[in-house]
Amino acid sequence: MKFKMKSKIGTEIPQASMPDIVFMLLIFFMVSTVFKESEGLNVILPDAKKIEKLKGKRDIATIWADRAGNISIDDKLVDIGQIRNLVYTKVADPLHPMKLVSLRVDRDVDMGVVTDIHEELRAVGATALNVNYSTRTAAD
Amino acid sequence: MLLDKKKKASAEIPTSSLADIAFLLLIFFLVTTTIDTDKGIQLVLPEKGQEVKVRSQNIANILINESGLIMMDEQQIDLNAIRERVNEMIRQNENIIFSVKTMRGTKYEIYIDVLDQLKQANAKRISIAEPEG
Repeated sequence: MKFKMKSKIGTEIPQASMPDIVFMLLIFFMVSTVFKESEGLNVILPDAKKIEKLKGKRDIATIWADRAGNISIDDKLVDIGQIRNLVYTKVADPLHPMKLVSLRVDRDVDMGVVTDIHEELRAVGATALNVNYSTRTAAD
Repeated sequence: MLLDKKKKASAEIPTSSLADIAFLLLIFFLVTTTIDTDKGIQLVLPEKGQEVKVRSQNIANILINESGLIMMDEQQIDLNAIRERVNEMIRQNENIIFSVKTMRGTKYEIYIDVLDQLKQANAKRISIAEPEG
């Protein structure tokens, strides 16, 4: 029996283009990263099934309401009575008029607070206001 | 005069660490990027003073009290039964308007659950009534 000697030819995958690929990925992330505007309050959102994603991230104001009774807009704590003026300023802004208000209210908050916010939003009113109640997706 | 041949010593910056730097920056961005999607139930609040007169037979009243009991048209109803009932009512009268009324002590979570049921049943006309209490 003859033993054949198998000769191995070494193959190396050319890695010269690795930095190119990395730079491409890097430029993609640098261009697509947007910084968060506000931190908001610590809030546990309720769950819901039939939810819609908000169109566009601009032209949206967010009102946070947590269990302790704090209400904040743009990371500032506000009183109920101040909401209508703040929201009016945003709606009347000539460059970026606000079209939607996103209410991020904790699930344990009483409707009294939410109703007060509703009333303040209606009092802004030139036109009907689009409101979004932020929720998490409910597991089926 | 002897013209000296000037030897230019060519200096090359070692670029072997370029890939390392690029990777580090990339990992930084990969880690710090968050995709922030805001999603929820959308409604349109009418402006103040825009009360429209509606025939009372076209209104279905949904009341939620402080302990989370739900009543639709004077009958107590279970949360999960709302969707079916709403479907039936829409089939009977497509102009029906669902008015949701809570009390100040009602939990927001129940309110959202009721709205969710209404939306699941594709109720197009939902009105939020001023709460009592």
